[in-house]
Amino acid sequence: MDLSIQVEHLSKLYKQQKAIDDLNFNINSGEIVGFLGPNGAGKTTTMKILTGYIPPSSGKAFVNGLDVEENAIEVRKLIGYLPEHNPLYTDMYVKEYLEFVASIYKLSNKKQRVDDMIELTGLTLERHKKIGQLSKGYRQRVGLAQAIIHNPKVLILDEPTSGLDPNQIAEIRNLITNIGKEKTVLLSTHIMQEVEAMCTRVMIINKGVIVANGQPSELKHMFGASQAVQFTFNKALSPTQINALALKGKVSHLQDFTYLVQVSTEIEGLKSEVFKFAVEQDLILTEIKLIEQTLEEVFKTVTK
Amino acid sequence: MWSILVKELRGFLSSLIAIIVIVVFLIANGLFLWIFKETNLLDNGYANMDPLFDLAPIIFIFLISAITMRSFSEEKKTGTFETLSTKPVTDLEIILGKYLAGLLIVVFSILPTLTYYYTIHTLAVPAGNIDTGAIWGSYIGLILLSAAYIAIGLFASVITDNQIVSFIVSMFLCFFFYTAFDYLGAFNVIKDNNFFIEWMGIDYHYRNISKGIIDTRDIVYFISFITLFIWLTKIIFNSRKW
Repeated sequence: MDLSIQVEHLSKLYKQQKAIDDLNFNINSGEIVGFLGPNGAGKTTTMKILTGYIPPSSGKAFVNGLDVEENAIEVRKLIGYLPEHNPLYTDMYVKEYLEFVASIYKLSNKKQRVDDMIELTGLTLERHKKIGQLSKGYRQRVGLAQAIIHNPKVLILDEPTSGLDPNQIAEIRNLITNIGKEKTVLLSTHIMQEVEAMCTRVMIINKGVIVANGQPSELKHMFGASQAVQFTFNKALSPTQINALALKGKVSHLQDFTYLVQVSTEIEGLKSEVFKFAVEQDLILTEIKLIEQTLEEVFKTVTK
Repeated sequence: MWSILVKELRGFLSSLIAIIVIVVFLIANGLFLWIFKETNLLDNGYANMDPLFDLAPIIFIFLISAITMRSFSEEKKTGTFETLSTKPVTDLEIILGKYLAGLLIVVFSILPTLTYYYTIHTLAVPAGNIDTGAIWGSYIGLILLSAAYIAIGLFASVITDNQIVSFIVSMFLCFFFYTAFDYLGAFNVIKDNNFFIEWMGIDYHYRNISKGIIDTRDIVYFISFITLFIWLTKIIFNSRKW
């Protein structure tokens, strides 16, 4: 697999403060990578360095093997970038703006590309409006359209869904997933479900250092505490029954007739064992609920 | 560079800035040249365009500062500066695109005053008795002077994300370089070097060219002046990388 993005010992100092500290990671082409981290962890800084907007204090970054500092112009042609807050010229018309971007990239089939982008991002009805008149969701589409108009190999999206309503989020997500099929995508977000829904890999950064890097399921396995199942019986358990149940895993009483059993092994065995236990004790199981370990908890654990 | 030039021109036209600048420039000049008592040509008795060429540098201090104040300040404020500078264009292309767009607007505002030349040419006694060389020299001087103002204006715009600050700084610098050296020279501070102080100001070279004498020294002065300010603009443009 060829590497799309390589980051080697990247550091960035703002005055005395370290924004990112000796960052190392690789992204293969075709991956959709979710970049997570608390505010101020260094996500945006990393993205700005990759796009050549600011230089690193030390270290190197490569896009498709090209140094982002030495081959700045070449790298910019390869990258589609949607900055944080999606800055746009609000007094330009949608079509006019996209034509301007197309001409900056010196695209040969300018008109065709602009029309394609307008259709792809669902801006057909809005194409003759001024950008300032558009709602946030549509502006985000314009931002995405300008980022992909030159068919870049690498897409860097800084919080592409922030401030959108749930429907818009779903639409933008679909859009990114579709576009991302043939591209390398690095996107930052605060929404964990988004990462689980879209990304093939997750990188969590905290205080300028990568603290977790892997597939969502891997991370859940690595950093998740234990797995848990929630059982509800038809009546409260007696202390002896609780002790008996405790042999199978760590038991905690949640409320009324509901108990949480945590195990570090696999969950299927636990379910059947608790089922047998209920039969032996003459209890009726009214509900079994699997408590899934979420990325959110992984996030909390690693960024503490 | 061309795509940025076209975008800036469209911006000037759609936000009416271009139209306002051209209209205000022409009205002000028209009033002083033909109507106001003190300065009008008809009562003056001389077939020349001096009132226009005396006044235009002052009007341009305001108008050019107004044209250039948003060029970088607004991009910085709205964040489009980031989108623009991560596109495959060099910093110099961005600056020159904006520079030439401003220059074009100014040239378009000067062009209609050519009709004044025709009018005076016809009114002169006998007709055509007019110092054509001096007038063409003055036009060239005026364009060079505006070109210098625009370079100052771009510099004032790139140092701040506040358009008002940019406008005021630009007006001050334009005024300073246009005429302040004349006044400083008059102070007689460094005795025999007064000439040198006056020589640093734009006005000295503007007046030279206005006589109809195109001296390479004056041209070199203007070109160096513009280059200096574009270079300073480029340095500040890159300040995010410091």
